[in-house]
Amino acid sequence: MATDYAVHAEGLVKNYGRVRALDGLDLDVAEGSLLALLGPNGAGKTTAVRIFTTLLEPDAGRATVAGFDVVRDANRIKSQIGLAGQNVAIDEYLTGQENLEMIGRLYHLASRDAKRRAYELLMQFDLTDAAGRIAKTYSGGMRRRLDLAASLVLLPRVLFLDEPTTGLDPRSRRQVWGMISSLVSEGSTILLTTQYLEEADELANRIAVVDAGRVIAEGTSDELKDRVGGNRIEIAVAKDADLARAAEVARRHFSIEVAVDPAQRRISAPSKNGTGQLATVVRDFDAAGIDIVDLQLHRPSLDDVFLTLTGHQAEEEKAAAPASRWRRRSR
Amino acid sequence: MATARAMSTVGTRYQPITGRPRIVWAFLDALVLAKRSVLETVRVPELIMFVAIQPIMFVLLFRYVFGGAIQVPGGQYVNFLMPGIFVQTVAFGGVTTAIGLAQDMQRGIIDRFRSLPMSSSAVLTGRTIADLARNLFTVAIMLTVGFLVGFRPGGTPFEFLLGILLLLGVSFAFSWISAFIGLLVRSVEAAQSGGFIWLFPLTFASSAFVPVATMPGWLQTFARHNPISVLADALRGLFHVNPALTTADTRWALIQSVAWIVGILLVFVPLSVMRYRNTTAR
Repeated sequence: MATDYAVHAEGLVKNYGRVRALDGLDLDVAEGSLLALLGPNGAGKTTAVRIFTTLLEPDAGRATVAGFDVVRDANRIKSQIGLAGQNVAIDEYLTGQENLEMIGRLYHLASRDAKRRAYELLMQFDLTDAAGRIAKTYSGGMRRRLDLAASLVLLPRVLFLDEPTTGLDPRSRRQVWGMISSLVSEGSTILLTTQYLEEADELANRIAVVDAGRVIAEGTSDELKDRVGGNRIEIAVAKDADLARAAEVARRHFSIEVAVDPAQRRISAPSKNGTGQLATVVRDFDAAGIDIVDLQLHRPSLDDVFLTLTGHQAEEEKAAAPASRWRRRSR
Repeated sequence: MATARAMSTVGTRYQPITGRPRIVWAFLDALVLAKRSVLETVRVPELIMFVAIQPIMFVLLFRYVFGGAIQVPGGQYVNFLMPGIFVQTVAFGGVTTAIGLAQDMQRGIIDRFRSLPMSSSAVLTGRTIADLARNLFTVAIMLTVGFLVGFRPGGTPFEFLLGILLLLGVSFAFSWISAFIGLLVRSVEAAQSGGFIWLFPLTFASSAFVPVATMPGWLQTFARHNPISVLADALRGLFHVNPALTTADTRWALIQSVAWIVGILLVFVPLSVMRYRNTTAR
């Protein structure tokens, strides 16, 4: 029962004792695209990746990777995929070259091919100078790059990256992002998990938001933002005295109730046609003789998206702590 | 051989070798991973300590501290001691497998291995084979030091080689017990203590260092049937260092030894491989 999707999951369930890690996860990743599985710690992202990479068997539901069933055809999947897990899975006491060669041999490449491929990857990942040093001496960014290289030894049909930039400094993160982007533009299929909104925004064709073991929303970054609401226009006026009149002008202009924030002398309203509207707003305010100090067209962030989507859940069953810890990270 | 299909800048896709039987891959994959473990030993100073320095200390301490106090019937203590120390050291040497596996799980490297299309016994076999190599090296060092402090094995070269082979068997068997422990525990620290703790009563309540006849009656029963005693006695027979052992005694000890080694492997190889298949990084 092959599908057109590189990764396909239906109603995946996985329990660890009494903890339900996956609670009916459905997912599709199209061939040649990057899907980001976005969610807080404990949402079930790693469990899902472990099922797709045949490390765990689901308790219920089914999944295919590259057309093969993760339970019945586990062995065939293994030669189609690459995995870079949450921890950097390289041997600290082997050199960069030796690490990659070892992985090549374990994919059953001929010794000479494993050597060549290792060399090629070291070049591509800018590690040639460090190729002969043991990985223990590498910086965090270099280790990540080596780990990523190791997942690409066989040029897998589907690549699984489980939080590939966790613990990296901004510069190294940019570097890893660049590499992931070029892989996607070369046609690789990637499933990436992340708890960083900006990472999903930057890299993914599609984003699946996961919470409590289920996909609660799925779409492109823009689609998800539209679900929260479109753009908003924000206008700040110079004088307190103008505020009431400004609100009146805005109300007429947008022909809708507008939000007024007296402390900030700020008025905001949903915008129908984005940038085009900015000019007409300025004209109306000018005609009324009101000084504007700030004018913005504001796009909702994925942050807003996640808050809107999971807000109710945080009150119900889940402790708010993991979600807020997760959200603190931003640009 | 190299059927390379050129790709874009992403790189070259090399075709894996196919058509070899699984048992061949199990062995080849294990060798790749054994090489990894051996390289690690050479590059980690603490491990060199464990492999080379500690056994030398044991030989010297027992030879000179206890040597004067312990009487063995009809012979030199150093000759009685060395086979015991060999068996003990080799059994302890297996603990590197437990620690190594616990480390692999803690660092997450086990997830990568399990996602590769390689033999599922190879990670374990690789480590136990590496232990063989390490133990062989350790035994060579101890033989040298033993010889310097008066150890004089008799018997034929064939018997001597058989003795070394027996030691390798012990090493392999105990490494597999260790592999199982390493997969069970949750941390490297636990592997360290859990890997060693059971070995102390096993090796000391045996004929490895003292004649069993000097122990209280209830302990003698345990010590006589303890595999470490059996193995040490078999080795003493092969090295002709204990005049009290007849040829028949040696043969019986040898048969029991082989039975122990085979028995341990029959239990712990399948147990460990099964456990490995259900393991993920912690």
